[in-house]
Amino acid sequence: MTAKALRQPAPLRILSNTFLAFWCLIAAFPIFWITVMSFKSPVDAFDSNPLNVIFGPATRADGSGWSVIDMLLGLAVVYFTARLSTRNLPRLVERYSPKGWTVLGWIVAALLVGVGFVVVFFGALPVVTGVLNPLLGPLGRDVIGATTEHYQTVWVDRGFSNNFKNSLIVTAGVVTVSLTVGTLAGYGLARSGSTLAFWILIIALIFRSLPHSVLVAGYLPVFINSAEWLSPILGENAPTLYGKPAAVIAVLVAINQPFTIWMLRSFFSNIPADLDEAARVDGCSHFKAFRLVIMPVMWPGVITTGLFSFLLAYNDFLVTSLLLDASNQTMVPAIAGMFNRETTTTDQVVAVAAAVSITAPLFLLVMVFQRQIVSGLTAGAVKG
Amino acid sequence: MKFKTFAAFVGPSIFLMLLFIAFPLISVFWQSFNVTQPLYEQIEVENCTPGFLTQTCETEIQTRPILDENGDIITRTDFVGLQSYRNVLEMERFWTAVKDWSWSGIQSIDFWKALRFTLMFTLVTLPMVVGFGLAIALVINNAAKMIRGPVIFLSLLPFIITPVIGALSINWLFRGDGILTALLEWWLARDLALFAQAWTIELMMMFYRVWHVAPFAAIIFYAGLQTVNQDSLESAVIDGANRWQRLRLIIVPHLMPLIIFVAMIHLMDTYRVFEEVVGFRSQGYVISLQWLTYDFLTPNEAGIRSISRASASAC
Repeated sequence: MTAKALRQPAPLRILSNTFLAFWCLIAAFPIFWITVMSFKSPVDAFDSNPLNVIFGPATRADGSGWSVIDMLLGLAVVYFTARLSTRNLPRLVERYSPKGWTVLGWIVAALLVGVGFVVVFFGALPVVTGVLNPLLGPLGRDVIGATTEHYQTVWVDRGFSNNFKNSLIVTAGVVTVSLTVGTLAGYGLARSGSTLAFWILIIALIFRSLPHSVLVAGYLPVFINSAEWLSPILGENAPTLYGKPAAVIAVLVAINQPFTIWMLRSFFSNIPADLDEAARVDGCSHFKAFRLVIMPVMWPGVITTGLFSFLLAYNDFLVTSLLLDASNQTMVPAIAGMFNRETTTTDQVVAVAAAVSITAPLFLLVMVFQRQIVSGLTAGAVKG
Repeated sequence: MKFKTFAAFVGPSIFLMLLFIAFPLISVFWQSFNVTQPLYEQIEVENCTPGFLTQTCETEIQTRPILDENGDIITRTDFVGLQSYRNVLEMERFWTAVKDWSWSGIQSIDFWKALRFTLMFTLVTLPMVVGFGLAIALVINNAAKMIRGPVIFLSLLPFIITPVIGALSINWLFRGDGILTALLEWWLARDLALFAQAWTIELMMMFYRVWHVAPFAAIIFYAGLQTVNQDSLESAVIDGANRWQRLRLIIVPHLMPLIIFVAMIHLMDTYRVFEEVVGFRSQGYVISLQWLTYDFLTPNEAGIRSISRASASAC
């Protein structure tokens, strides 16, 4: 068939591409806009004229803004960080991480790059531009009003770093535990093929559709009184589970479990069973075959499932807001509290800055793992 | 695989699900028939205030919770049958309202209000998510290969963002004289107050939900479009089918399993609609079923969580 017969007429192509551009605008605009808002003084951020929001005259009048030099240098730093982490970093990680510990090497490298970026961008850059700006005349004058004071308020004064730490604990816990438990179960379910395995999967599907608030209603009284009913087992120092991150991790892992085992099962079904059968013929037990033969080839599926577990734990509001008390709250409930407390417009912009801080890691995550996320979304659906 | 090995592999996962999903379900079911209340006793208290010549003394009957030897309040759990359900459903008020044909009467009861919103939200967003998802998938598939990657990246953003934050960011665009409200006012040439009545808030919530879920549908449909049989498309062209007929008779039937999959997932998720109510701070106007449960679970002014009512509404 010639391409000509399937070629589309120009109006259709234009229509299609216009719609695509329109969709991209809708998809990205709210996130872009709150990012812009978070850098402005309250007067500018809630101005009804969009140009005022972008250029921020009131913020500039307050004496904080970015000159052309600032922006160029800032973009250069961002560009070189991106280049470094896509070009040079993989080689460095390969060379310096001990054999078999590549994952650890990547984590260390990511942390180093992150810390380095923060130091250069927020520490060194202001000093350099502070020297350069007065020297360069018109180029050094502020063009766009922008201020980072709201981020300072959020992270330093409002103790958001503490919430960030809690979020980190909860998400790290959920991802590790749910992957460990889930890979074993997913492998077992994929290789068993018995009726029991089928029913377990169906029940898991039913569990997935339950509203989370139902489950939390079940935990609350038990968790609050746990010191009482745990004392026969644990003695005097039985903990009250309410407000403990560990309890929340367990709950989130369980809520996530149906999804995890479904997804991992579909990944394991794609690994040919001949592989572990060959290992079994050579005299391996099931566990040994799993450890030596399956583990080296399962990482793509595990990484994808891990991403989705991360998203669930990171984005959760219902469970964390009900089961954690104020002292160890995670980021999302904390910002909802901030948002509900806001009275002045300054408070609102501070809440916007907090929202952007929560979104930034997710943005990076999509950038790095786009392929895995797409494959994870389609894996379950296309193969049925 | 022997049963024993299978059990060893699957065991931990099953244990977690039983402990944290099946057990709470049973416990919620049980709690919904019981009410735990502090025990109260009535005592006579004599209050004396110093006065001239004689003290003025008053005796009054006070109700106070009974304390045990540790100073804790003694509570008692009673079996109340369906009472909690009655408290939540408020059937008498419901039937009176139905008899009077008064819609606002039904809407003044929290449960029915929440049910109405949840159902309507589900029914309205479902066709929109499927429709928009399909449209986006088609245009991505139609676009040049080079720009597909960046477009998919942008499309993933609304899907991956924290739901509460996503709802908030839409909220901020409209709040007060936010940029989009200003645009609408300029376009319609009239003053708008989008947060002053229920239906505009509902519209915004639906807009948010479609924005949030359409990318998910689009990516799944896009993957499905890659597997459409080119031969049947070509023979359709030879048979003289136009574009619309090809879409309707070949592509959509091919995607049908995926459309059903997306619809199922969407039904499950919108039934538990919750984050929008938090993000749009709409509890004064619009509430959903899951939010109702959440509200029963948060301590009220007296610090009491009405767990049994929550259980009843959840079941």
